[in-house]
Amino acid sequence: MSTTKELWVFAEQREGKIAGVVQELLSQGQILADKAGFTLAAVLPSADGAGLCQELYNFGAKKVYTIDDPKLADYQNDYYSRAVAQLINEKKPEIVLYGATTIGRSLAPTVAVMVDAGLTADCTELDFDVEAGNLLQTRPAFGGNIMATIICPDHRPQMSTVRSNVFKKTKLSDREAGEQIPYEVDLSGVPERMRRLESVHEADNNSIDLNAAQFIVSGGRGVGKPENFKVIYDLASELGAAVGASRATVDAGWISHHHQVGQTGKTVCPVIYIACGISGAIQHLAGMQSSDMIIAINKDPDAPIFDIADYGLIGDLHQIVPEFQKQIAAAKAS
Amino acid sequence: MNIVVCIKQVPDSDKVTIDRETNRLNRAGVPSIINPFDENALEMALQLKDLHGGKVIVISMGPSQADEALRTALSHGADEAILVSDRKFGGADTWATSYTLSLAIKKIEGVDLVLFGKQAIDGDTAQVGPGVAHFLDIPMLTYAKAVEVTGDTFKVDKVTEDGYEIWDIDKPAALTVVKEANQLRMPSLKKKMAAKKAEIPCWGVEELQPVEENIGLAGSPTKVSKVFAPPVKLNKEILSGEPSEMIAELIKKLKEQHVL
Ligand SMILES: Cc1cc2nc3c(=O)[nH]c(=O)nc-3n(C[C@H](O)[C@H](O)[C@H](O)COP(=O)(O)OP(=O)(O)OC[C@H]3O[C@@H](n4cnc5c(N)ncnc54)[C@H](O)[C@@H]3O)c2cc1C
Ligand SMILES: Cc1cc2nc3c(=O)[nH]c(=O)nc-3n(C[C@H](O)[C@H](O)[C@H](O)COP(=O)(O)OP(=O)(O)OC[C@H]3O[C@@H](n4cnc5c(N)ncnc54)[C@H](O)[C@@H]3O)c2cc1C
Repeated sequence: MSTTKELWVFAEQREGKIAGVVQELLSQGQILADKAGFTLAAVLPSADGAGLCQELYNFGAKKVYTIDDPKLADYQNDYYSRAVAQLINEKKPEIVLYGATTIGRSLAPTVAVMVDAGLTADCTELDFDVEAGNLLQTRPAFGGNIMATIICPDHRPQMSTVRSNVFKKTKLSDREAGEQIPYEVDLSGVPERMRRLESVHEADNNSIDLNAAQFIVSGGRGVGKPENFKVIYDLASELGAAVGASRATVDAGWISHHHQVGQTGKTVCPVIYIACGISGAIQHLAGMQSSDMIIAINKDPDAPIFDIADYGLIGDLHQIVPEFQKQIAAAKAS
Repeated sequence: MNIVVCIKQVPDSDKVTIDRETNRLNRAGVPSIINPFDENALEMALQLKDLHGGKVIVISMGPSQADEALRTALSHGADEAILVSDRKFGGADTWATSYTLSLAIKKIEGVDLVLFGKQAIDGDTAQVGPGVAHFLDIPMLTYAKAVEVTGDTFKVDKVTEDGYEIWDIDKPAALTVVKEANQLRMPSLKKKMAAKKAEIPCWGVEELQPVEENIGLAGSPTKVSKVFAPPVKLNKEILSGEPSEMIAELIKKLKEQHVL
């Protein structure tokens, strides 16, 4: 198996904007590449990638493989998987990392079977075993009840999708430009089997994406009634946080299902997760327990949410949450 | 219209724990259920059948007990069930699972649509749907919440991070289905009785004729090297008292840790 000693990051872009998780992957990719002695590179399929390269250099990419084609402007599974798989087959990198976004989690599993590679899903930790040459890919399974470290000893590339917010972004100051390597893919032979007709961004009070949010403030049944979600929104906007919710509140129609966190909602991994009036059912925990820090506000000292909280505040959320907002605002002003 | 629904039998996840001494899963006595997301895929198939006729075929790869999950699906209204089972399929990762399931689906004639759950609640990878679709060489969309038949194509609403997209996708197609799509109808008593007696064919290596190095453990590029319990929180702090004091204390700590 002869490979190029490169570690690649899939540079996901939407409407010409690089996804935040890409910066995180480049930063962690740099650490792994240094350890392994590999070169860090990014792969950028888009309509016209030249203008996006500098941002990738700024986070450590030495090379950017740009694949330009009008068909790659927006994500389409057939075109993207063909383009990325062809590049992988030709250059044979050692490692390819993808963000575990809706796009990454469609593309990566398709590419994995195309290039005959293993794929570890939704990783929260990555390390490199220098002796064996293996990427150590750690991920939660069984709804977060267990962790597993996965390796891929006999196949290359080693590929993973990786959650947002688990790795810190490190922007390098004064980075000089890396090398842009334009790569041609002929997509004319790929049949056009699906077409995107419309893309709707639901303008919600809270336009911050839960998956990418650094901070999340979530409300549960303890909020009491739909109007009371206002205190949650107010704290969230003070913190620049996204708003989450338990299923009980979604089922009651207090908030839209886009906000639901948990086994049957979104899996999130923010720097701080603030659970307000949420009891901590296992299905809720499944979606948020790998958050860096968990703050729980609940009036019941025996609520299971306190078992996984770093900070537990016992009391009435209707008093505590507005107070929290007030003091944050004051701290910002001073 | 013929629809294949892939269903996985999974342990009821809130009851699976890990033995902190041995790092093994405590699975004894844990009931098995149909993967909750696969119920939504099944309901989507049943609704399409209600509107357009045809057949709903459920298929599951797993040990012989997976037969139970298939019978449950029949009691909810699926027409036929196929068990994909062979010792040699054991230990499959998503690559080998996708390959094996695709061979089974290829044996079924006239398939217009293949449905999957969004992800399985045990393995949690969400990788099998896209993998199968590639082996079948059919177009695929993930996170579908609604589908309509429009002549030779399907119109699909797909959930994204901040809203949804509407796609037009050629038949035959594959979709992975999210929870919001629907809720599985109740089983009927009559179908329950029939499901008990239904003949469920079992397809193994003999029936599917796989390339042997592509199945089971040997066909799996990923290996689980270690399983362990998630780390426990050590420095937990519980605050109580006056809200203003609690919050002042909390903010102080957050600042000390540089998270604010
Ligand atoms: C298959 C399945 C999938 C599921 N998926 C999900 C999922 O994805 N996400 C999810 O969240 N749930 C999910 N659930 C539901 C889950 O089991 C719980 O029912 C749900 O999480 C409970 O929501 P809650 O914590 O808001 O409500 P409750 O359990 O009713 O808790 C309310 C809490 O608020 C506290 N409280 C009340 N008033 C106040 C106050 N004034 N101040 C402070 N605290 C107060 C109470 O002490 C209590 O702890 C699922 C269930 C099943 C069976
Ligand atoms: C702790 C642990 C971690 C693992 N991590 C990985 C990993 O990172 N990468 C990897 O490749 N494998 C991994 N595996 C193996 C993986 O769980 C199995 O390959 C499994 O058979 C399919 O993956 P899944 O459960 O994630 O299903 P998913 O891909 O999440 O399932 C999606 C849908 O595919 C269908 N489906 C899945 N399995 C079947 C089936 N057997 N029969 C019928 N339909 C099915 C269902 O519709 C399901 O809703 C792991 C296993 C364990 C125990």
